[in-house]
Amino acid sequence: MQHYCHLLKERSVTYKPAGTGKIFTDPDADKARVFFRDQKPRKMVNKVTTVAKAVSELVNDGDYLGVGGFGTNRIPTAILHEIVRQRKKNLGFAGHTATHDFQILAAGGCINRCDVAYIVGLEARGLSKVARKAVESGSIELTEWTNAALAWRYKAAAMGLSFLPVRSMMGTDTEKYSAAMEMECPFTGTKYLAVPALYPDVGIIHVHRCDVYGNSQIDGIVVADYDLARAAKRLIITTERLVPNELIRREPAKTIIPFYLVDAVVEVPFGSYPGNMPYEYFSDENHLQEWLKAENDPETLSAFLERHIYGVKDFNEYLNTIGGMARLQELRKLETLVER
Amino acid sequence: MEYNDMELMICIASRYLEDDSIVMVGTGAPCAAAVLAQKLYSPRLTIMFEAGGIGPLLSSMPISVGDSQSFYRAIAASSMSEVMETCQRGLVDYVFLGGAQIDQYGNINSTMIGGSYQTPKVRFPGSGGANDLGSLCWKTMMITPQDKRRFTEKIDFITTPGYINGPGAREKAGLPPGCGPYKVITNLCVIGFDEQSKRMKVESIHPGRTKEEIIENTGFELLWADDLVISEPPSKDELAVLRNEIDPYRYIIGRQ
Repeated sequence: MQHYCHLLKERSVTYKPAGTGKIFTDPDADKARVFFRDQKPRKMVNKVTTVAKAVSELVNDGDYLGVGGFGTNRIPTAILHEIVRQRKKNLGFAGHTATHDFQILAAGGCINRCDVAYIVGLEARGLSKVARKAVESGSIELTEWTNAALAWRYKAAAMGLSFLPVRSMMGTDTEKYSAAMEMECPFTGTKYLAVPALYPDVGIIHVHRCDVYGNSQIDGIVVADYDLARAAKRLIITTERLVPNELIRREPAKTIIPFYLVDAVVEVPFGSYPGNMPYEYFSDENHLQEWLKAENDPETLSAFLERHIYGVKDFNEYLNTIGGMARLQELRKLETLVER
Repeated sequence: MEYNDMELMICIASRYLEDDSIVMVGTGAPCAAAVLAQKLYSPRLTIMFEAGGIGPLLSSMPISVGDSQSFYRAIAASSMSEVMETCQRGLVDYVFLGGAQIDQYGNINSTMIGGSYQTPKVRFPGSGGANDLGSLCWKTMMITPQDKRRFTEKIDFITTPGYINGPGAREKAGLPPGCGPYKVITNLCVIGFDEQSKRMKVESIHPGRTKEEIIENTGFELLWADDLVISEPPSKDELAVLRNEIDPYRYIIGRQ
């Protein structure tokens, strides 16, 4: 019988910082356990609230945010707008696949530190001038990572650990400006990079359906939200639809986020607009282009933000400014009625 | 047969994707190349997107690597960690990457240009998943226009590892052995990597282009294959499928 017991030998290892970046959040797993024990609701109670209340009660100046979805897909736009409207300041941000979400918070001047995997761009649509300026001026402190590294940092936290070993980033400047540590596998001696667990103060995720307790289901790709939901100290869920608990129980395999992870639930129909919500509505490419264009001139941008964010009282009023139900129906048609 | 640079690059790229393999793509040209390969050469090619889409039957091109199209009638709508861990387990054969700068070892910059790290002159999005995919997939390919600004001796920031600074450097840095840059497909030529030195080596020159033109548009010294050939131009079939089925609105092939 083959065995590998020769790997079980005493080793001396050196752990060495691989980069010069800062760690913005505490990776300590024991502290997280105590926080979760004392602060996470194990009582199945109605958590339905409003966007304004969720933000004023759960997002504090200086908090570190993790935002779900993928930049322009299944993003919690209503909460992001409200954070800007309530003029939250000095927020930390996990720049994991961040595109329009980062653009919104950068326009509001809300962020002062950021773990970067992907920011300032909107994929094929181009770069956001405002987001770029915020970064290039040095007003946002950066630590460099990759999409997988940040997904795995959430995963480490979701596992209740303080780090995970990974095999990317090595040998690059991405590593040099990260806050990873060089390490060796205790069994094989293989060189790995240790990435610290990321426990955000607040996670914000938009889902297809959830019940009043926060039991949430997502249709389509979950991106990093399975782990983000578990890593976040406080979790705000916005949902296209509130559904009876009975509906969740009918298809429990679909539940990505159980109630005991959730602190607040808000029903926000079309809540990912102008992002794409799989099986519900496509992204509003015209509006996203308008954003990018408005950024060419500071006055145009102020007027744009006034019209769509500061000058409206809530997300429904925002939806009215972009053409209301008629426009939303067009986007729904693009997503669901056309065999593309 | 008339064709533009973008059409040429997509058609050539599509021929490198073997059947029964897995390819990780982004939006735009790489995605078009993978679908073209599926339709003409490699029907059982599996397309993957970093946000979690696995094996979609793409009917039009995604705008975002995480939009609904990226898992339209897919085999699985999974997660980023699922896809990245599949790469880390060694199951993904090809990845297409892009960037603002590339050097002779195939290192790619998509992070910043000029200034210092905290106050760069120009900030780009950063790695996204590029570094992970270039570290973990077996063969890295690029589709990119070729000019001196882009093909430069020293890039401002190594976002994604190529062969770093030569043979053995990836392994020494700790990256999984046996993978790295494979082909760079430009508007002028197809470039591979020299087995010994891991430097860029021109393998074929596109019809109507010259060696001088390629040298003029490259900021470092290129190697030249002994059996340097002229690239096979896009076929009638390739162009027909690309224009009529894959990108009828010319979103990708109409870009200049």
